[in-house]
Parts: sequence; structure tokens; C-alpha cells
Amino acid sequence: MANDLGTSPDEVQFRFRDDEPVDHGTVTVDSALEQTNANAVRIEPGDDARALLPFLDRIALVEVNFPSFGDGRGYSAARILREAGYTGELRAVGQVLIDQLSHMRRCGFDSFAPDKRLDEEDAARAFATWENVYQRAADARRTIADKRHET
Amino acid sequence: MKILTGNDLRSGAVTWWNGTGWSLFVDDAVDVGDEAEEILAREDAARRVNVPYAIAATIDAGGHVRPAHIKDRVRALGPTVRRDLGVPTADKTGWDWVI
Amino acid sequence: MYKYDQYDQAMVDARVEEFRDQARRRIEGKLTEDQFKPLRLMNGLYLQLHAYMLRVAIPYGTLDARQMEMLADIADKYDRGYGHFTTRQNIQYNWIKLEDCADALADLATVEMHAIQTSGNCIRNISADHFAGAAADEVIDPRPYAELMRQWSSFHPEFTYLPRKFKIAVIASAKDRAAMRLHDIGIRIVKRDGEAGAQFYAGGGMGRTPMIAPLIRDFVPIDQMITYAEACLRVYNRYGRRDNKYKARIKILVHELGAAEYTRQVEEEFAHLLNVGVEPPREELARIAAHFAPPAFVDGPKTLDRSDPDFALWVDRNTHRHKHDAYVSAVISLKPAGGIPGDATADQMRVVARLARDYSFDELRVMHTQNLLLPHVRIADLHAVWTALEAAGLGAPNMDTIEDIIACPGLDYCSLANARSIPLAQRISERFAETGRTEVVGELKLKISGCINACGHHHAGHIGILGVDKKGVENYQLSLGGSEAEDVSLAKITGPGFDEDGVIAAVEKVTDVYLASRAGGERFLDTYRRIGMEPFKEALYGQ
Repeated sequence: MANDLGTSPDEVQFRFRDDEPVDHGTVTVDSALEQTNANAVRIEPGDDARALLPFLDRIALVEVNFPSFGDGRGYSAARILREAGYTGELRAVGQVLIDQLSHMRRCGFDSFAPDKRLDEEDAARAFATWENVYQRAADARRTIADKRHET
Repeated sequence: MKILTGNDLRSGAVTWWNGTGWSLFVDDAVDVGDEAEEILAREDAARRVNVPYAIAATIDAGGHVRPAHIKDRVRALGPTVRRDLGVPTADKTGWDWVI
Repeated sequence: MYKYDQYDQAMVDARVEEFRDQARRRIEGKLTEDQFKPLRLMNGLYLQLHAYMLRVAIPYGTLDARQMEMLADIADKYDRGYGHFTTRQNIQYNWIKLEDCADALADLATVEMHAIQTSGNCIRNISADHFAGAAADEVIDPRPYAELMRQWSSFHPEFTYLPRKFKIAVIASAKDRAAMRLHDIGIRIVKRDGEAGAQFYAGGGMGRTPMIAPLIRDFVPIDQMITYAEACLRVYNRYGRRDNKYKARIKILVHELGAAEYTRQVEEEFAHLLNVGVEPPREELARIAAHFAPPAFVDGPKTLDRSDPDFALWVDRNTHRHKHDAYVSAVISLKPAGGIPGDATADQMRVVARLARDYSFDELRVMHTQNLLLPHVRIADLHAVWTALEAAGLGAPNMDTIEDIIACPGLDYCSLANARSIPLAQRISERFAETGRTEVVGELKLKISGCINACGHHHAGHIGILGVDKKGVENYQLSLGGSEAEDVSLAKITGPGFDEDGVIAAVEKVTDVYLASRAGGERFLDTYRRIGMEPFKEALYGQ
């Protein structure tokens, strides 16, 4: 099966992990279900992230494709994987624009390979958008409600 | 005739292509004929006007430019229920043909 | 009512600066319109026929005098001296400039107001019963729950790019005064054996394909309400249609899956999310609820002097029973006969603010019927309130009558519209007022939409009118028998459409049929439900 899908490490513009990135391409979810040794998977908007749950521990990289920035299914896919205990690299690829970065980060993405490279300064500002957050997400940040009621 | 219209990027005001720039008054609109696409592409990139588009129009007996579609006629004059807020033109006959 | 703490204020202030930066980048050409549009929509800034339109959020329709005064100032400073109150309890300004918008938002932020998420494919303003905290029949004030949801839904990282917009309404009474069943999610707070819980309905909506939301869960314990909402949204975000803009609302998903299957998926996700733990701490609801403690009502007269017939009429029509018997809620009509429904001048807003301060514990409401409300007025003060309203052109005694028309802005303002709705509303209200028929006809909820998007809620009108484009000419379809209340129903089209004169005559004809046929104390809606469509069709089209 071809492993030529997906982004390569040099297309990753932002990465919030210390480990070595996977050095080969991803396979589709369908292929991953068949290939018992696949450790890099690409999720398309119509895929069910929960299909990967039985073998999350052997997966080192999940790419989530955003063919259109307006298609928000990838945000749910990301949170679902993190909620299931996935600790590998979770990479947002495709039409990833500045104004989505902070929400993606909160949903558990720790690496970003946008189709078009983004301005570094704009991106840094974007990642720092939320001094505080209202709701729980995959990033385990203390929420405003938590802070209000800390003893 | 074919005329171009849009909304001014900064103010949102309705504007009409007058041949060299954008006017607030529909009677300044010129027939762009085949050049519509070229002008639209250039003007969209020039960032003065928001989402410009081409529409059909005619010149009426009084010499006024009259957009073909009711929506653009309302844009040309202002809300029919608040004529005091309409485009400040001298031509008040417009209200006769807006609908 | 709720007051921001430093976290809420910082959030709104930061968003203003973020938008200021985005608008600057757009004006400088660093952002294309395609890239900027979703960003400006998230701050409620539309581009309409004549100008940019700003939709300012009024969370669950509640505001105080200071905020109403700011809305008046915004109208004067950045717009053309007036605003329009909407069917979702918000306010719209029609003449905003992009280059001024950040400044307007900054001014609003100084009084804890914003335009966040009043547009875009995200969770919109949470609406609530406009009589909340005052109604005699409410189980509990629904607004703390609405506020909890407001915070949960603001900048939710997972639900910022939904298939389509998402509207939630919260009530807490058997009576539905917020059209709850016609929302994407409708919540009714109930008490069972002394325990508070949330009844969840999902999949309602108007628009092109109106649907009534089925019951999804009869009782969610109140300290799991946010988790359940999150489950509902996640299923929608994952499986709502994204192939067709006109089939992308949750009502289509619920309809295509069937309520049972949608429910099953939600319950599965809910069980999962309970384990994940997304609910805010219990103390947060208590903290919010403390802001909604009832005002210090004082005892007083429970009756009044009805010798002035105009005053008596206004009291009978425009006041609503209050939980405290020395008080009523008083409707401020924005529907003067022949006027533009829902519009208020800056000066009128200031009058309303003063009245709130002087007579209603500094509290105001925006009704989804495009009127305003003073929720807590002492019966002893009613005459003074009425006198002031009359003087300001806000005293029309016509709540829920045929003059109390709900109309969208229509083709006079809106780029989506096919026909004008406001002139129709003006002519109809004028006609019934001048012939004295308004009072004779009694309760009749007439709703007008200028296009199939149904922002005027015409599907839920006792009489509904839909404006369409018939070969470049305005044409109007008439429908009968809709209701947005707890007896919810969708109106049915009578038959072929009419031109403007024709539909006004048609409205008169159907009210004639009602008056000739009504029995007992039947409203128009009751008579229609009893005798059916045929007698009305006959009157309209002959046989």
C-alpha cells in the first residue's frame, strides 16, 4: 500500500513536541484498519476518528485534513482522539489559516502544516489569543470557571 | 447596458462605476460592455470596493440609469420606507421607478 | 442581571482589539474578502444592501438602562439615529462603516456589550422567555441557565465552524414564550421531585423547511446540562450536512436520521463526555444565579383607576401578570400603526432607559416579537409609565393583535430578500387601526418574511406572509394556522400568491371569515383550527 499521502516534516510550520516526527507518509483510515503496522494515519472530514480507537497506542502521527477552513469536523476528530488517550502527534493540514490556530490548539493539535505558509509573527499572536478560556477542551487548561472557584 | 456596482470597502456605501472610479450616484454609472470582468478583477484587488458585480440596466425617458433588478434599484435609492435616509440625489423621480 | 467579572470583561476587550486588527488587515489588503468575511461575521458585521449592518447581542434579551443608553449613543454616533430590535432579541444597526466598527465595539465593551457570534456558523445568541424573572408561571428564572450556556458557547474551540448557524432558546414554564420548539435546540427547565433539570428538544427551525423540534431527552439533571448540550453539538458538528447550505441545519440531520437515532448518538456521546468531564463546576451556576436574585419588590396597590379608557385599553392589552401581585410586566410597543416594526429612535431608547431606571429596577427586556418590556412595574406606577410611553410614541396598546406585526427588514434593507415586508406591515397595521378592527379581531399574530429564510417567522404566524420574487415583481404567499407557542404548529399556504394590494385585501378577507365564524372566545387561530382551510380559501379565491 502506498504511504505517499500526507505532509512531510518540512511542511510542518509549527510543532509543539520534542520527539522526532514520523519520517514517512500517512495512510488513509481504511488502509490503517487493514495494515496492522501502520503508525501514521490521515483523517479526512468524513472519516470517523473513533475507527482508530482500537489501535491508538501504535499510532505516532495522525493528520487531520481541513480541505476547507469552514469545514469544522476536524476539530471534533481531534478532541475525540485526545479524549481517547491518544498522545502521539496530532497535525492539522490543509487550509489552515491564522484565525483557526488557537482553536485547533485547544482541540489537541500539536503540529500544523498549512497549505500556505503563514506569517510567523501573526501565528505567534494567534496561538496566544486566549489569555483565559471559558470551556473545557483537549488542552486541559484551567477554565475561567475553575479560576473563579479555586480555594 | 451593463453597469458595475459594489459597496465601498471602508464605509459600505453603495457605489457605481463611473468609468474611472466609484460614484455614490447611480446616474453616473457607465456602460462597461465587454470590459466588465477585467474592471471587476482589477477593482476588487484595488481594495476600494467590496465584492463588485455587473448588472443590467437601462436609461429611462428622463435620462436616468435604471438597474434591471429591483434589489439594485433599492440600493440605488435607499430604503423605500425611509426616504429621508436615501441617497442624497437631486432626482426625486427615482422613487417612481424603484419598485 | 449578570455583571461581568474581570474575566468576562477581558474577553470582550481582547475581541475588540482582535477585530480592530482584522479590519485593519482587510482595509490594507492583507486579507481578502473571502478570508475576512467569516471573521467579521463572528463579530456580527454583515454587508447588506445599503451599508454594513452590525448586529449587537443582547444576551437572552436582558439589558439595563446604561446599556440601552449606550445603544442610543451608538445609533447617534455611528449610525443614523435609530436601531432595529430583532426576532432573536438582538439589535441591528443598518448604516455602520467598517472603518468605525472597532470603535463602536469598543464603546459597547465599556458597558459589557458586544456583537460576538451574532452571525456565522457558530452558536448564536441564547434567547429566553422575555418574562423571565417576572412571570407568574415560571418554575425558575431561566436566565442563569442561559448565561451558563452563553459562556460555554462563546469561542468554543470545537464548534466555531459548524455546518451552519445554531440557535438555542431556554424557557422555564409550560407556556412557551420564546418559540422554543422552533429552535435548533430548545431547553425547558423543569422541576421533578424538587430537582431541577433540563428538557432538551433538538431539530426545530424555520427557514426554507420549517420543523418542530422533537423531544430528545425528557430530563437531564441540571448539573449535566452543559455536557448534554456539548453532546448534541458534537453529533451535529460531525454529521450535519456540509454539501448543501440549504440542508445544513440540525433540523435536516434530525429529520434524516430520525429523532430516535439522533437521540441514540447523542446519548452515546453524552455518556462518553460525562467521563471526560466537561461540565463547569457546580459553584459556577450558583455564582451566576446570584446575579439574578429577584429585586426587592415592595407591596402596594393591586388595582388601578381605569376611568381613562385609553389607559384601561393599554393595561388590558400590554401588561402581563407578574409573580408579585403588586406588579405587572409592561410591554413597550415598537409597533405604532403605520410604523416600522421593531425600530426605535435613539431618543426613544433614552426614554425607555429612564423608565427602566425609574420604574423597573433598572431592567429591560427585548422581546422576540420586536417589542421591548419593562419586566417589573408597580401597578401604582403604571399610569406614569403609560403617560411617558404615549408621549414618546411607544404606547400603542396592541400587543399580540394584528397591529403587533413581526416583520423582517425585507428588501428595503436585506440583501437576501425577494420582496419588501415593512411597507406591507405598515399598510396592514394602518388599515386595521383606522377601521377600528384591531380590537374586534383580538389576538392575531401576523408575521411577514421578505424571503424564504423566514427571519420574520412567518411559518409560525396565525397569519403568515412570505414575500417572493415573481419574474422580478414582488409577490406574496399567504399562510394560516401557525403558532410559536406551546401549541406549536406550522402555517399552511392558502393557495396562489397575491400582489401587494391583493395580500392586504386577503388579510382583511380572512379576518372577515374569522369574525363571521368565531364561536365563544375563539381567537383567529382557534377558529381556523376548528373550521379548517376551506372557508378561507373560498373567500380568497372563490369557488
